[in-house]
Amino acid sequence: MKRLLRGGRVVDPANGRDGMFDVLVDGDRILRVGRDLAPDSDTQVVELPAGLVVCPGLIDMHVHLREPGQEHKETVATGTAAAVAGGFTAVACMPNTSPVNDNAGVTEFILKKAAEAHLARVYPIGAVSRGQQGDELADIAELKQAGCVAITDDGRPVATAMLMRRALEYAGMFGLAVIEHCEEQTLKADGVAHEGFHASTLGLRGIPGEAESIMALRDISLAALTGGVVHIAHMSARQTLDAVRYGKSRGVLVTCEVTPHHFVLTDEMLAAPIPYDTNVKMNPPLREAVDRDAMLAGLADGSIDVIATDHAPHHYDEKRVEFDHAPFGITGLETAVSLCLDRLVHPGVVTLSRIVELLSVNPARILKVAGGSLAEGAPADITVLAPDLRVKVSVERMRSKSKNTPFDGWQLRGGVAATIVGGRVVYVNEDVSGFSRTLRRELR
Amino acid sequence: MKKDLLSIADLSCEEITLILDTTEAMREIGQRPIKKVPTLRGKTVVNLFYEPSTRTRTSFEIAEKRLSADTLSIPVSTSSVLKGETLVDTALNIEAMQPDMIVLRHASSGAAHLLSRICRSRIINAGDGMHEHPTQALLDAFTIREHKHRIEGLKVTIVGDLLHSRVLRSDALLLTKLGAQVCVCGPATLVPVGIERLGVRVSTSVDEAVADADVIMLLRIQHERMQGAFFPSVREYFNTFGMTKARVARARPDVIIMHPGPMNRGVEIASDVADGPYSVILEQVANGVAVRMAVLYLLAGGVEDEAAA
Repeated sequence: MKRLLRGGRVVDPANGRDGMFDVLVDGDRILRVGRDLAPDSDTQVVELPAGLVVCPGLIDMHVHLREPGQEHKETVATGTAAAVAGGFTAVACMPNTSPVNDNAGVTEFILKKAAEAHLARVYPIGAVSRGQQGDELADIAELKQAGCVAITDDGRPVATAMLMRRALEYAGMFGLAVIEHCEEQTLKADGVAHEGFHASTLGLRGIPGEAESIMALRDISLAALTGGVVHIAHMSARQTLDAVRYGKSRGVLVTCEVTPHHFVLTDEMLAAPIPYDTNVKMNPPLREAVDRDAMLAGLADGSIDVIATDHAPHHYDEKRVEFDHAPFGITGLETAVSLCLDRLVHPGVVTLSRIVELLSVNPARILKVAGGSLAEGAPADITVLAPDLRVKVSVERMRSKSKNTPFDGWQLRGGVAATIVGGRVVYVNEDVSGFSRTLRRELR
Repeated sequence: MKKDLLSIADLSCEEITLILDTTEAMREIGQRPIKKVPTLRGKTVVNLFYEPSTRTRTSFEIAEKRLSADTLSIPVSTSSVLKGETLVDTALNIEAMQPDMIVLRHASSGAAHLLSRICRSRIINAGDGMHEHPTQALLDAFTIREHKHRIEGLKVTIVGDLLHSRVLRSDALLLTKLGAQVCVCGPATLVPVGIERLGVRVSTSVDEAVADADVIMLLRIQHERMQGAFFPSVREYFNTFGMTKARVARARPDVIIMHPGPMNRGVEIASDVADGPYSVILEQVANGVAVRMAVLYLLAGGVEDEAAA
């Protein structure tokens, strides 16, 4: 069956498009993108309401789906349901499950669960080291063979410089990037919040930005040494961004990502509106305004390659404890698009086209997966955005199994209208008026 | 007054003054032959102590009993925490028995805020992690006011482990609110980042910091919280920062020496200073009972309730 999406603004930077185009989908592929495409007799025509944006499917390259092992927090099914509701057609999931995704068996299990859920595409990321213990390399060739698209010991850094060197060299043979959670652990120690005025007055143990940047500098140096590819995950500190810029200026194969919460929030959230709110406890921590502003500048000037959510679901019991004892992390899949549109596009920090690069083109390029483009013949992974939709964030409506977000109740401008994976409509936002009934009908 | 006493940061100058003025009246009760008034009769106060404490717990218990509250103390380290019950569940179970107030001492900063959000009972923070110890700061202010008849304009120097001290945070907030010039002093490894934004001066030279001080307050070197090498040895700490007679001599002649206890003699304070004529350390302890009586009384409804009854 063919389907013609008509009346949308197509933003497809990979093909140099930003304008009013029709998108013709044939089965699970893009057939054509052009003006005034004529439908055949068997083409379903979808007239999009005014003001919507059609872009290549968004890819979140940093999520925790928690399965296997922590299904009380999230499963592949609930996580991918949250993903498509958040406009993501694909997610890359971190290996710190239980057991760790350090072998083909776990990778295949995750892919099987993803196929059963049949919502967003799932790209497993394998462990760098066996059991993420930092001692010996995991079976990286086997992981790649089974479907892993990168390796990381996320949750913690690659333990030693020597192991990181070997990982970069070894993964390089298979064209895999090493994704690094940058944290110098002796400097982080038992810190729970950004080291600064707010942590000091609240009596919380601090984590300086240098705990992140020192490790980033180590890894950038090792990428230079080995010619390997390193991707700096969830960057939070201005010093780390400086390190990445330094690496890029020297031709090192380094890329980086930032989460919405690190370009929206600061450590002031520790004190207000809810003092010691465990939903603002994440690792890396929320930093100061100067760091947040550095992230905005990095997004604007192109130093930052990717926006990823670090979606980290936790059960409410686990978060309803003393700040010291709460686990790090917040959910992100269902708030990312609204935060990007409200905080980046509408204030003019970046263009919509750049958002698509950050959320789709670049993640696809770094992970070397399909997507990021509406080229003819590409998979029909399409996200339809509603940039002017008034959104009120509500945990009650979220599809993630966990509700640990500091954004509950926030009013934001911009949201997701629909999500299409492989030509199949997997999400339609009921709040977008004027949507053709045909899409909704297909969901049932 | 708000529902709870969680931190000095939440108090206005007027509220602080009200507490200190009420303390005067409460102290008088402690000087009577029959040290008991019926003010909190029928009220139930639970002292929930997750950390060992002799001074603070005893002080609260005596204050509660002098006000005729029904009071019980739960040293939690010996009960449900060993069975894996969360703080929230323990608090909700206590709440189910309808107490009026819960006095909480806990090793985690923000624990009192957590209870405040889930409990109907009034919460009094008796020390939460490295955050605050508001009744200590109130009794310190009361003691200073007793001796100096004012707080505004006084030079108060606080020396010791600034980083881990909840007393420091409460005292710095309270004394700066009331207009004192506060200088905090300790090894650079034990100075909280950004603390000067509270309006205090930071010094790493004790000789300079104590010069012309009206009040010198020592903070305990908390061995149990020291996980890193913050300073090389107790001996070197004493030589560099310890409060000796020679250092006290640099302060004003009428200086008073304070310590929230428990003291490490020969570490942060020399014995002859602790026991010397300018030491008001035991007065602090005595005033602690009166301050806690005032806080309990005011939180329980204070004047308005009494008038209504």
